[in-house]
Amino acid sequence: MSDVVLRGIRKAYGEIQTIHGVDLDIRDGEFIVFVGPSGCGKSTLLRMIAGLEDITQGEMLIGGERVNDTPPAKRGVAMVFQSYALYPHMSVYDNMAFGLKLAGVGQNETRTAVERAAKILQIEHLLDRKPKALSGGQRQRVAIGRAIVRKPNVFLFDEPLSNLDAALRVQMRIEITKLHRELATTMIYVTHDQVEAMTLADRIVVLQAGKVEQVGAPLELYHHPANLFVAGFIGSPKMNFVDARISAVEQRGITVQLSDGSSVTAAVESAGASVGAKVTLGIRPEHFCFDTEDATNRISGCVMAVEQLGEATYLYLEVQGAADMLVVRADAAHPARRGETVQLRLPAERCYLFNETGLAYQRRAAVELSK
Amino acid sequence: MADLAYHQTPAARIGRFGIYAVLALFALYYLAPLYVMVVTSLKSLEEVRNGNLLALPAAPSLEAWSTAWSSACTGVECSGIQGYFWNSIKMLVPAVALSTLIGAVNGYVLAMWRFKGSDLFFTLLMIGCFLPFQVVILPMAQMLGFLGLENGTARLVLVHTIYGLAFTTMFFRNFYVTIPDELVKAARIDGAGFLRIFFRIMLPISLPTIAVCVIWQTTQIWNDFLFGVVFSAGETQPMTVALNNLVNTSTGVKHYNVEMAAAIIAALPTLCVYAFGGKYFIRGLTAGAVKG
Amino acid sequence: MSPSPSGAQLTLHEGSPSMPSLQTASASRFGRLVDVVLPKIVVAPTMVASLVCFYGFVLWTAWLSLTESRILPKYEIVGLVQYQELFSNERWWAAMKNLGVFGGLFIFFSLAVGLLLAVFLDQKIRREGALRTIYLYPMALSFIVTGTAWKWMLNPGLGLEKLMHDFGFSDFTFDWIVNPDMAIYTVVIAGVWQSSGFVMALFLAGLRGIDDAIIKAAQVDGANLPTIYRRIVIPSLRPVFFSAFMILAHIAIKSFDLVMALTNAGPGLATDLPSIFMYQHGFNRGQLGLGAASAMIMLATAAAIVVPFLYSELRSQRRG
Repeated sequence: MSDVVLRGIRKAYGEIQTIHGVDLDIRDGEFIVFVGPSGCGKSTLLRMIAGLEDITQGEMLIGGERVNDTPPAKRGVAMVFQSYALYPHMSVYDNMAFGLKLAGVGQNETRTAVERAAKILQIEHLLDRKPKALSGGQRQRVAIGRAIVRKPNVFLFDEPLSNLDAALRVQMRIEITKLHRELATTMIYVTHDQVEAMTLADRIVVLQAGKVEQVGAPLELYHHPANLFVAGFIGSPKMNFVDARISAVEQRGITVQLSDGSSVTAAVESAGASVGAKVTLGIRPEHFCFDTEDATNRISGCVMAVEQLGEATYLYLEVQGAADMLVVRADAAHPARRGETVQLRLPAERCYLFNETGLAYQRRAAVELSK
Repeated sequence: MADLAYHQTPAARIGRFGIYAVLALFALYYLAPLYVMVVTSLKSLEEVRNGNLLALPAAPSLEAWSTAWSSACTGVECSGIQGYFWNSIKMLVPAVALSTLIGAVNGYVLAMWRFKGSDLFFTLLMIGCFLPFQVVILPMAQMLGFLGLENGTARLVLVHTIYGLAFTTMFFRNFYVTIPDELVKAARIDGAGFLRIFFRIMLPISLPTIAVCVIWQTTQIWNDFLFGVVFSAGETQPMTVALNNLVNTSTGVKHYNVEMAAAIIAALPTLCVYAFGGKYFIRGLTAGAVKG
Repeated sequence: MSPSPSGAQLTLHEGSPSMPSLQTASASRFGRLVDVVLPKIVVAPTMVASLVCFYGFVLWTAWLSLTESRILPKYEIVGLVQYQELFSNERWWAAMKNLGVFGGLFIFFSLAVGLLLAVFLDQKIRREGALRTIYLYPMALSFIVTGTAWKWMLNPGLGLEKLMHDFGFSDFTFDWIVNPDMAIYTVVIAGVWQSSGFVMALFLAGLRGIDDAIIKAAQVDGANLPTIYRRIVIPSLRPVFFSAFMILAHIAIKSFDLVMALTNAGPGLATDLPSIFMYQHGFNRGQLGLGAASAMIMLATAAAIVVPFLYSELRSQRRG
């Protein structure tokens, strides 16, 4: 088992830099998820850890040893690929044994290791089959089995569930979590799916354009996003953003004025805030309130569309002066109709506030930040 | 495209009959020369002269075949075509093996281990597919002279290998680009290097492409005439050149039955390849057509 | 890997086997270097061979065409003398004219026959596989064999003509192969025989690649079968036409063996082609320079046809 340390890692293809200096400390036994939109460099970073891509600049340590120039097979890593990358002409057994054979491991030991991995993954009955005779889920298990057999210090997963259907994806997600519990090995997992990131990770690394935007536990990112990008990326449907101006800086928080004239107070630390500054107010669809006893922090909007999903109803509101429609999650039984105007309350402790450069004001309420 | 409904009206039935008639007629057009060759080769010269083209031989005999094989005159020599047949085999086997193997390695590099300039290289190679060989044979003859390579078979092996590489490389490259490069990455993590990945992973999964390539090269090289007539002489000439000599330079009485027997012998290897590997033959033709 | 049976718990780093430990940096650096350099080393021979034997030799031929080389090559450039001689050579123009006639008819009939057979074969024909096999087998033959076979079939004394006489058509004459005005058409007959099946295979592959939904949509719109073919199917085969045309043009330009076997460029020089002109001047008549010049003109002819195709092909590749 090993920790993985990245120090100022950069990657350039000729003139074009794709990774702009990443520093990261991955603890031994940790489940880390790299998440970000396509092209953010998450896969490149993973391949650099695997040794499949050269490191242009910076230092990479696995288990305390510098591995910049160590070939993939000697890094003590194993990788599971999106396309599974099973060798099509080899049986499941040979697929899993190939790495050990190349490493000169004896036949008996190889057999023991393969059978043990097959038992864990419950694919013992498939060992003689060729990959083309397997279903997608079975192939995925074989790919994971091939990784387990290598007894790696670090598991690398490159979008391993993207080719599976939705139901199977959920099942495999749970099984990967369980595998991590059983093996207690460091795992690094790349995905573009924030649900996978939230459910699997001990810590999430949010990447954008080759830079780390934020590193943190899933709920930390949900409740305390460092900036607009992370706030918009984590959570589904995504957070609503409304342009505003600071009208008052007080003890209880910062009050902003929206373009329709209404006033909203957000319970955030006021450090660095000054009256008149342009800011962005953020609120998640699930955090709107429909109660009417409190007269402050209210906005109203016209319902443009209603989506009834059964377990909830989503309202799409047009708010005067706002560029985008607000998405509001309401109870399934909410009676709103298209064309109606509804009143909403934005609880101060639920509001997010970002300055003009997109950085978040520290939220005061550490509500339900329990881990 | 196959699901067009036919309403069985009388007109449609007539149309359907017409389609079959046309198809059958063309089948006769394509089969006729083969039929004529076979029956002629089984007749005596007497019967060839007096009978007609389509008549079955009255007393089928393989005499013309044995004459063609061992005693027909190809120019000055009169020892049949057997020597030339073996010349073609001796040229064919190494040339096909070399060009296929080198093409496979090239395709592997061009698809999986790209480097700066590798795409340009591939483009240059592809353009090479379009060159009429007439534009390279004069310098090639000069160069073979400089190299001091005297043996006709060796010369032809070299020339066929070089000018086959564009196609063989294309076959393998176009197959390997369809393989996800994650397969190579997985093998690298398993500890395999450049050569091991090639021999243990890529070659075993490219058996169909190897078949396409071998069949393509076999027909190309066996059927070649231009290189054979330019780069080899006398004893070392390949089958096609010998057949042409037999047909065009024999003086005196024309032995049509012997000519046909020789032509069939010259056609047999590639016909067998077509019969047993037709699927791959067609795949090679169409793959070649898409790019070249 | 759902409910994991207890006892199958992986104990990762106890006991064997384990992956070999990290190696020293220098040894692994060497391993990486091998994987960087080796790919270039293995393609190097092909790269050199293709640069020299394709492009180098074209330049070499171009150079020879600018010299006064006869039996032996000379390398002093004297200008366009050989081209002047070539363009004032009647035999060359006759050969070019023959190429035009042969190439035009060969391409046209191969395309027409190939398309006809492909469309007919695509009508859920019984024994389609057998018919396809029959149509395509000539492509596996050498042009020398094809030439030999047709030479015998077209032999006026003993071939088709005699056959028809035997059938009672005593006035039937078919002496094209010995008739200087008609001999070039026998080359077309044999060429189409050999190549049209191949064109059929290309078109058939194209037809099978057309999306069924488009045909269904046209049927729903009320189009009948011939209209569907004329307006929808055949236009969508445009790329196939294009590549079939390219290949046939290429075959026509370098066509050499078929004529050598069928007519030996005769009667007289009635079926002479640029490729034969080039071969005879370059290798038999000791006119290296003139042969080289004719080869260059052949290359230019091929390029005039191929370059636009290649250009569009590369552009669509880049877009894709």
